[in-house]
Amino acid sequence: MLIIKGLTKYFAKNSPHETLALDNFDLQIKKGDFVTIIGSNGAGKSTLLNLVAGTLQQDMGEISLLGKAITCQPEYQRARWIGRVFQNPLLGTAPYMTVEENLSLSLKREKRGLRLGINKNLRNFFREKLSELNLELEDNISKKVGLLSGGQRQAMTMLMATMFKPKVLLLDEHTAALDPESSKKILKLTQDLVMERQVDLITLMVTHNMKQALEVGNRTVMMDRGRNIFDIQGEERKKINVDDLVRQFSILGNRKDKYIEDRMVLI
Amino acid sequence: MPISLFLHALEQGLVFGIMVLGVFITYKILDFPDLTVEGSFPLGAAVAAKVIFSGGDPLWGTFLAMIAGSLAGLITGLLHTKLKLTNLLSGILTMTLLYSVNLRIMGRPNIPLLGKVTLLGEIENYFPNLSMDYLIPFFFLFLVVILKFIIDYFLSTEIGLTIIATGDNEQMIKSLGVNTDLTKLMGLCISNALVALSGALFAQYSGFADVNMGLGTIVAGLACVIIGISIIKIPTIFWRTIAVLVGSLVYRLIMIIALRYGYSFGFKPGDLKMISVLLVIIALSVPFIKGKLNFADRFNLGRKDLQNNNGKEV
Repeated sequence: MLIIKGLTKYFAKNSPHETLALDNFDLQIKKGDFVTIIGSNGAGKSTLLNLVAGTLQQDMGEISLLGKAITCQPEYQRARWIGRVFQNPLLGTAPYMTVEENLSLSLKREKRGLRLGINKNLRNFFREKLSELNLELEDNISKKVGLLSGGQRQAMTMLMATMFKPKVLLLDEHTAALDPESSKKILKLTQDLVMERQVDLITLMVTHNMKQALEVGNRTVMMDRGRNIFDIQGEERKKINVDDLVRQFSILGNRKDKYIEDRMVLI
Repeated sequence: MPISLFLHALEQGLVFGIMVLGVFITYKILDFPDLTVEGSFPLGAAVAAKVIFSGGDPLWGTFLAMIAGSLAGLITGLLHTKLKLTNLLSGILTMTLLYSVNLRIMGRPNIPLLGKVTLLGEIENYFPNLSMDYLIPFFFLFLVVILKFIIDYFLSTEIGLTIIATGDNEQMIKSLGVNTDLTKLMGLCISNALVALSGALFAQYSGFADVNMGLGTIVAGLACVIIGISIIKIPTIFWRTIAVLVGSLVYRLIMIIALRYGYSFGFKPGDLKMISVLLVIIALSVPFIKGKLNFADRFNLGRKDLQNNNGKEV
């Protein structure tokens, strides 16, 4: 269970530009849940993921994972349990390092020592995992990652974020920067990789695509101005369509004037 | 050109090559232009010279020099990671600090080692039948090759890979569970230990330690790294460490030729630093100039966007 309680985050606090990114945000997610998070720009979606991962420090509130408070742990300690994929495909991999070096870095997330980072067994394991991606990466295992395409790099990042069996998977608009074809592939891959470990994985996926938000996963959270304004799952979620969601957004977000605009942004 | 010039270039290229390996680790691996080396090179020389001058064991003195060097790297690293100073400023502060420290250690600006028992002297005693002319370069070569393989191995271990990744994509490696403060500190300590070792050996090789002998170390180190990497372009760690050592040899050869024959072109010894800076500029601008020169193709073929040569090295 991932419990987020009263999470509050300001940017540029105590300055004229102070903005409230997360406003007393609450969310409880149980094991096996795949939550899609939607909301307009500046709603606090990415901030939420950055706070869960530990990239940012909250001003108030608590986060606990599997009964353990992780609020005060730095990012590198939380990484033992948390896999991440960023929107920018260049962020998730190290370009001047080889495919296998990247995979090796991601597989072992604590107690690294003076053993070789890559050995024969690991290499075979990586080949096997890469062949499941169907991108012919298994034959280019010692190629520099910088020479791969954005789609290939994002697929690698997906693999790196799930291969070490995390407890939490954070996906921040991870298909948004790709061409439609790669985007489809990565989404399919996401569903496959999450399905493999459906029982005990908690997945949070930020998306701008409302259709995607309802099709993927089993729960949808809508955010606006740093608050959780709409949370839907189960049978109720199956009945709802994109139009309902957009209507909900304009009503709950108190933004009648923005109805048309958001409709265009979000669909 | 007399053979002795080549031998000198070889010896110096190898002794300074250890320093170049250190600069390579910070500048190329960690992406951290570390000016500490201007202070840690003479620091190594000062510590070793002090121990040897007081009649101590030269091996012990050389070892202490490495410890002192790694402490210098630690200071720069702490300034950068804990106090959040920029990498350049951290290096400048430590380098300036070390100038006073080095004077304190030596107690005076210059320590001569003539007639003292140095590491090289001890080795000579082990092999009394061999000529010093060939023994010294051979010893340095042996040492440099061993260090090269240790560095290669270390950089391919789990920890080593995290250090490389820190210089390559810091945000990513943090999200993979690495404390990048720690990897930077490790890289800086190792690098400056190597630079101090180089200083300690150079003091014993040249027979003195001087508080000003670090001047220009960083430019020389960068020149060697850049020259080496533009000669050998294979981007694996194994070949890159070879490349920077080759760069070191080429650089010293150029310097020695400039020193020996420069007079005929009106050069003075003081111009050496200018020559090394020119070397750095030339080596760094070659890919850019190559890209510019492609305009010849455009004229010939009448196509403007035929080639876009960014000269990016991977």
